[in-house]
Amino acid sequence: MKTCIAALFAMCILLGVSLAFAAQEKEPRYKYKKDALVYAEIAKAPDKARAKRNPLEKDPDAVAAGANLFEQHCSECHGDAGEGGKKGPSLLAPEVQNSEPGAIFWILTNGVVRRGMPVWSKLPEPQRWQLVSFIKSLGAVSPKPQTPPPTTATPSPTGPSLRHH
Amino acid sequence: MAFSLRFAVPGIIFFFLISFWVPSSAHAQESPYIVAYDHYLEEPGNLEIEYFSTFGTQRAGNDFHAFWMEFEYGATAWWTTELYLDGQTTFKDSTVFTGFRWENRFRPLKREHFINPVLYVEYEHKSGADKILKEGEGHDVEADFLVPNAEARKEQINEVELKLILSSTFKGWNFTENTLAAKDLSNWPWEFGYALGASRPLALRASAKRCSFCRQNFIAGVEMYGGLGDRHSFGLHETSHYLAPVVAWNLPSDWTLRLSAGFGLNDNSHRFLLRWGLSREITGFGSMVSRLFGGHK
Repeated sequence: MKTCIAALFAMCILLGVSLAFAAQEKEPRYKYKKDALVYAEIAKAPDKARAKRNPLEKDPDAVAAGANLFEQHCSECHGDAGEGGKKGPSLLAPEVQNSEPGAIFWILTNGVVRRGMPVWSKLPEPQRWQLVSFIKSLGAVSPKPQTPPPTTATPSPTGPSLRHH
Repeated sequence: MAFSLRFAVPGIIFFFLISFWVPSSAHAQESPYIVAYDHYLEEPGNLEIEYFSTFGTQRAGNDFHAFWMEFEYGATAWWTTELYLDGQTTFKDSTVFTGFRWENRFRPLKREHFINPVLYVEYEHKSGADKILKEGEGHDVEADFLVPNAEARKEQINEVELKLILSSTFKGWNFTENTLAAKDLSNWPWEFGYALGASRPLALRASAKRCSFCRQNFIAGVEMYGGLGDRHSFGLHETSHYLAPVVAWNLPSDWTLRLSAGFGLNDNSHRFLLRWGLSREITGFGSMVSRLFGGHK
């Protein structure tokens, strides 16, 4: 009986932790600040990483394979078409689209752990490059306004939807 | 009949639990290890529900089937917390609930390095009848499992377990080394153990088509684990060790199936441990809970 009570107590703690951290992911204003901090991480990519070329640049299947990987691993946070979500920033932003493929690969490999993005080095290198191919294929949208809009980011009219793949 | 039910009940409970959840669109690339840990934590806000079984042979006694449920939650990108509920059936004896564990893993470094450390802290409240063999520690040997459940469950163990996980990923391979130190909170000495693992996906590139049987969905490897004695007698004397090929099948539908056949490497070890596990990742669990309690829509 004591064990059951202790197990229930531990479960309550787990639920409490879930609530506490889930509560932190709201507030659009906070989110815009957070997005800017995440974009700033791209600028931290070392020159050596930036200089890396995508070995799958000319692979005709890389974008389609990257789209599958994106749907499986990334769309939950970054939106189905990379338009951004509650947890992850838009990947259509110029900060991402104008970056070198090597810088995006570096971010995928290292994550932005303190800002909530996990490391994705668990995906083998070729799969990370396939993701880079897909992200770059999304294309940039016009720069976002200086002040955050009242609603969350809307999907790009030009950005491809993963559901069509 | 009772034999079948003992196997089926934990599985039924597991499926019942996960059937509450709507399908989600994401799935993780889960490692095949059952005992060893690599440095990858649960994605933030995701909950992974896992069910594992271990069938073990027992010389001079009854074989057993130990099972446990894991609820693994990514609190942040650098902290994963996990609750285990353990039980076991010893054939020709009984089925008992053997306790719970609360595990936390912390990633201290911001970026990926050649060797990536993760700190592991766990509290265990279990009975002496625990047989899940989730780690090898101290002087644990096969003969310890001969005690009948009715007697073994009387022993209550409160234990703190610390691990240093050092893991590297290189050209698709993952190599991991776990060092363990465990302390029973009563007057027992520190006990030590280890786990080593190596694994690799069967294909490094993803297929352009969404598929279940593509080679990249399978990760194969091997793990080795065992005890290293205690503070008074550190070393391999009177310890058990296992070597286990492992494989994980990550399905696009969020499910992961793991299989491991473990072989005892010395006379103190169980000759054979067959393990399997089924898990499903619930993406956005944190947000779901938040909405449930009137949080942000």
